[in-house]
Amino acid sequence: MSGASVPSAGSANPLMQRFLSAFLAPIVALAIAAVIGDLLILTFGEAPATVFRLLYEGTWGNPYGFGQVLYKATTLTCTGLAFAMAGRAGLFNVGAESQLAMGGFAAGVLGMFLPASTPGVLATVLCLAAAMCAGATVAAVPGVLRAKFGASEVIVTIMLNFVVLALLNWLVAAKIHVPETLHTPPILSGGVARLSASLPAFHGSAANWTLLIAIAAALVCTWYLFRTRSGYELRAVGLQPDAAEYGGVRVSRVLFTTMCLSGALAGLGGMNFVLGYKGYYEEGFAGGAGFLGIAVALVGRNHPLGILLAALLFATLSQGGLAVNALVPKQLTDILTAVVILAVATAVPEVQKQLRAAVASAATLATRKSSAT
Amino acid sequence: MSALSFVLQTIRIAIPYLLAAAGGVMSERVGIIALGLEGLMLSGAFGAALGSYYGHSAWFGLLGALAAGLVLTSVLAVATLRFRANQVVVGVALNLLAVGATRFFLRLVFDSASNSPRVAGFGGDVSGNAMLASFANPVVWIGIVALPALSWLLYRTPFGLRARAVGEKPEAAASLGVAVVPLRLKGLLIAGSLASFGGAYLALDQHQFSDSMTAGRGFIALAAVIFGRWEPMRVAVACILFAGAETLQIQLQGAQLIPSQFVEMIPYVLTIIALAGVVGRSVAPAALGKTE
Repeated sequence: MSGASVPSAGSANPLMQRFLSAFLAPIVALAIAAVIGDLLILTFGEAPATVFRLLYEGTWGNPYGFGQVLYKATTLTCTGLAFAMAGRAGLFNVGAESQLAMGGFAAGVLGMFLPASTPGVLATVLCLAAAMCAGATVAAVPGVLRAKFGASEVIVTIMLNFVVLALLNWLVAAKIHVPETLHTPPILSGGVARLSASLPAFHGSAANWTLLIAIAAALVCTWYLFRTRSGYELRAVGLQPDAAEYGGVRVSRVLFTTMCLSGALAGLGGMNFVLGYKGYYEEGFAGGAGFLGIAVALVGRNHPLGILLAALLFATLSQGGLAVNALVPKQLTDILTAVVILAVATAVPEVQKQLRAAVASAATLATRKSSAT
Repeated sequence: MSALSFVLQTIRIAIPYLLAAAGGVMSERVGIIALGLEGLMLSGAFGAALGSYYGHSAWFGLLGALAAGLVLTSVLAVATLRFRANQVVVGVALNLLAVGATRFFLRLVFDSASNSPRVAGFGGDVSGNAMLASFANPVVWIGIVALPALSWLLYRTPFGLRARAVGEKPEAAASLGVAVVPLRLKGLLIAGSLASFGGAYLALDQHQFSDSMTAGRGFIALAAVIFGRWEPMRVAVACILFAGAETLQIQLQGAQLIPSQFVEMIPYVLTIIALAGVVGRSVAPAALGKTE
């Protein structure tokens, strides 16, 4: 009955293989980052254990720190989802930074003009829609250029970041800022409540209920990607565009809509700062969260649920940098972020290669065994 | 404003663009996306300040820039050539790494969050016209010859022929006996050196390194590469065009004809238009970014 052992080995393998290909690369990457972090801490003459304990205490170790982690993770979830949804369709949206800023700007400006008497929930929903539409509009430019002319969305999104940020800078500086500041007048309606309003332990932290919107966005993305026809088309285009086209998918349309969807998700993230934290749009609030979304999507392996975890990880690193700043420069965590990205980017193809090799050798072994009997 | 001061200032502004863009052309023509130019420039600028500070001479600054740039280039090379990692992702990570690492080492070495102490530069003692004095700087001349020299290298030498083949169709090049990976490595090393010189120019010209001093110049250089359709001489023209717009903006500051933010947009908008193919289409090297 050696033949029976072949399918059983085969059925045990795919599960293990899926697990390994999903988690092995991020785990290896984190291990590498930890080692490099240790070395950098040592060059600064501090003890790694002390620094990492401080990092923990300043983040997950107290309610305020944890609230800040949740706040940062909210924005990162949105930008991570933005990069991942585009990535699933084989697109690189490097423009989340400006889509995020534009989303926040739209939410802030709408909130500023809505009468104060607008019901809160209605105002919030309107601002949410404005943020998503604004992000989608920015992303529509690379979307059209890619779908119609085949222009590289990588370059267009990067270039557009500078154009959009300069435009916003001009709008705020020349038109609608509060004198002596770089921010717009506060919104009158549509603010999202802080977590600390219901959970006093979070007092002082910026965490707000936009968090739930971000989690809902991740769930909707999961459903969309894996349970709907257009999600299936999106993934088909990402895996093999020619085959998808042959199978009846209108590839250029999928590319365009996916780019807009991606921009809308990034724009959604702008709510977190504008409606949930400050109550106004402020120059430079995105502060790299758009680019960090790339790291989040990469470590989350482009899966919406993985992205929730990865967003927590990078939010912890970002907040942790502030916690350890007294001992080592907070840029330590920026370096670690870059190291994690590089390590995952290099480990993923390598792990998959090794797994394929392992599966292939297991298969030849099994064939040999069965042919021997 | 005089025409001469306009030309001289345009050249000064163009030098870092010319150097970084030359690096960008080299990298992209062998098939590796040059998203990390900004990071390479920034590390070059920091290396230059470090070398010049400890060596008390701008020449050591150049050496330091080269060393720092090549450290970052080797990260890029290992990730993209050995592990075939996605080049867009690696480029973004390289820029993050450069910002984080230069800030970290700025605090470690100079105990400052914003800038290094004053370091030696080139041609500091030339009295008289300050504008002319800045031309007593070898980096300026390297910048001026970089793209013409690259044009010669790409179109008139066996190395250039192979480099272009590897960037367009690596399988075909390999079948004719070109070792693809070593050739790409050479291309990246040239690219990294040129881009780090671009950063070194900034640090040595201002006699110090300051945090994020490249301020997006690497991306303007990348825009020039694409706007110049990956042809060295066209790219040089693009760099000078972008620098000229900036000079106009600086010299007309008092006039307030158009807001400075709109002048800043010019390189990027032109590049997007060029990619859309409105006026003569920009087409990238065929194998650009391909990992297989």
